[in-house]
Amino acid sequence: MRHILSILLENEAGALSRVAGLFSARAFNIESLTVAPTEDPTVSRMTLVTSGSDEIIEQIVKQLNKLIDVIKLIDLNEGAHIERELMLIKVMARDGGREEVKRMAEIFRGRIIDVTDTTYVIELTGTGEKLDAFIEALDKSLILEVVRTGVSGIARGTRALSLHIPSITRPAPPARTEAATAKPAPAPVNPDHLL
Amino acid sequence: MGKKLRGAEIFVQALKDEGVEYIFGYPGGAVLHIYDELFKQSAVKHILVRHEQGATHAADGYARATGKPGVVLVTSGPGATNCVTGIATAYMDSIPMVVFTGQVPTHLIGNDAFQEVDAVGITRPCVKHNFLVEDVKDLAATIKKAFYLATTGRPGPVVVDIPKDVTADSTEYYYPQNVEIRSYKPVTRGHPGQIRKAVQLLLSARRPMIYTGGGVVIDNAAAELAEFGHLLGFPITNTLMGLGAYPATDKQFVGMLGMHGTYEANMAMHHCDVLLAVGARFDDRVTGDLAKFCPEAKIIHVDIDPSSISKNVPVDVPIVGSAREVLREMIKVIKEAKFKPMSRKGDPWWKQIDEWASVDCLRYDRKSKVIKPQYVIEELYALTRGDAYITSDVGQHQMWAAQYYKFDQPRRWINSGGLGTMGFGLPAAMGVQLGFPKATVCCVTGEASLVMCIQELSTCLQYNLPIKIINLNNRYMGMVRQWQEFFYDRRYSHSYMDALPDFVKLAEAFGHVGMRVEKTSGVRDALKKALAMKNKLVLLDFITDQTENVYPMIAAGKGHHEMHLAPGSGTNRELA
Repeated sequence: MRHILSILLENEAGALSRVAGLFSARAFNIESLTVAPTEDPTVSRMTLVTSGSDEIIEQIVKQLNKLIDVIKLIDLNEGAHIERELMLIKVMARDGGREEVKRMAEIFRGRIIDVTDTTYVIELTGTGEKLDAFIEALDKSLILEVVRTGVSGIARGTRALSLHIPSITRPAPPARTEAATAKPAPAPVNPDHLL
Repeated sequence: MGKKLRGAEIFVQALKDEGVEYIFGYPGGAVLHIYDELFKQSAVKHILVRHEQGATHAADGYARATGKPGVVLVTSGPGATNCVTGIATAYMDSIPMVVFTGQVPTHLIGNDAFQEVDAVGITRPCVKHNFLVEDVKDLAATIKKAFYLATTGRPGPVVVDIPKDVTADSTEYYYPQNVEIRSYKPVTRGHPGQIRKAVQLLLSARRPMIYTGGGVVIDNAAAELAEFGHLLGFPITNTLMGLGAYPATDKQFVGMLGMHGTYEANMAMHHCDVLLAVGARFDDRVTGDLAKFCPEAKIIHVDIDPSSISKNVPVDVPIVGSAREVLREMIKVIKEAKFKPMSRKGDPWWKQIDEWASVDCLRYDRKSKVIKPQYVIEELYALTRGDAYITSDVGQHQMWAAQYYKFDQPRRWINSGGLGTMGFGLPAAMGVQLGFPKATVCCVTGEASLVMCIQELSTCLQYNLPIKIINLNNRYMGMVRQWQEFFYDRRYSHSYMDALPDFVKLAEAFGHVGMRVEKTSGVRDALKKALAMKNKLVLLDFITDQTENVYPMIAAGKGHHEMHLAPGSGTNRELA
């Protein structure tokens, strides 16, 4: 399952590579990763989208917490949350096509932020799915360039990931069901892969 | 405010303030300012190794035996890269170590300068944490942080990369007593509710099993484990890393578990109904096939590292905390419950375990005229009365030492369990001997492992380290040969040690004593003679049986109950 992890980490050289290195060393997936300083310049906030079984996500969270540069993190999927991604897309806009592209941008609540005789640059924010849908709705042959920022996420309501708010209301992890604790079925083993 | 010190002076003063006794190192361009300061004092004793890998293993051995952090100082570039194997070795076994690497001056970093390497980048995946010191003002505090991180929580190696100009610049010296790292707060106290739950589960068990690892050794929790074990009367097994945490001669000890553990320990694991793991990490060499692991057991896992819990095996009662503190709490709860210990003689579970033990899985041919490696270890155990520090390299000799030397005390068994680093044994023994100058320190090794760090014989002479090297010389990379025999139709691809040196002459060339022993009848006398030479390093070259294999064995992909015993055991469990 897809999870969005929000991470506060020390804004120090090498912190990003520790996170990225952890994911490659332990063969975890990264779908997207964004990072920037926060209102406190010593702290960066990273939003990392990953996927895996409950066990894998549990390991990812534990391994991230183990990194010395990671101060705090939450799994946004443990509660209601909002995710947004920004896309800049440059498309061919000529003759009759100009109106068509403009209308499509309006339908998706995008904004045209740069115009030439032959091209538009459209700015669009939304969930990853919405951005995908917009790309899908355009004529592929018109697309010149796609730039996406990756997902940023935030929890809904009073739940907040912050250093100066001491109590993050974090729901208790769901009790493990029998199915979750059951030992995994043995995967077929290729004897040549055994150490 | 105090007077200003140069970075190199700050470095040495910080080590003094940290109480560092030995620093293992090798000089080079980037650390010359520091070496100049080391020259001017005698409180921090520098041990000059012959290869940086030796420095890391020696510091590691010192740390494992004494419990104090090992400290290394090397230069930039190749000095740093040569340390990587030793750092990874310490990382896998959670050994506290601080490695200082020199770096080119800050203005040259990134310029491909002479002897420049990205030490922080290269070591990142195999350290607990690492630092590049960019300003002399940060030097003292960074050193403090490095020692704090290396020695607390789940310990591990920390690398501090120091550019040359930082050691030349000056600032006021202040060494903090304590250090606060907002993102690092290791939990040592276990959750009381979970501890009660765990004890309830243990007290209700019919076929309990206690499995403990290196965490009990690292956390100095052996006394607590012994009390805990005796209060319950349950069988106890140790991992390779955990040997000595529970006395091997205690009647509740069932031997090591895992790939070359005892038959009774592994069978008890497979059939237990409640398993308590303390300071162990369910390594693949311990668990065998995970799908067949402890099929009937409820599992309790105590570990200081949350990421070790439920990593490989789902756990029913997780407890994050230090081995010592959690065991103490559990002892209290058990005492409150006035539990009557399981009877070692009468209980059906013990009867079953004794029946498994009766196959005598560690038996070997005691009448052989060709030296059996197991016999050498048994004699070594008898002659040292189990009181020596034993370091080992990696392979068959390591398993035999683990199986036949009965460790009654923690920190006596020093080996590279996680990474499995050949070449570890000799330099590690140097660190142990420096930590305990009067103790008997033996390095049990094989001819393939020994030559990997043989240059350290020179260091041993310089510092008069009277290590006893027990070379079980079978002219093969024995463990590789064993696997090739079992699983590759005896195609001994490149596992034969051709063109070996004359080890006696080799020892003599380095200024030590060498002896060759070719017959079983000579083993005991040779060991006695060597052990009596209190001030000499002795290399004992035992020409052992080339065909001997390590038994019993769980082949890769098999479960604990699918152990193979040695041929001639009279069971259907012999390995073809």
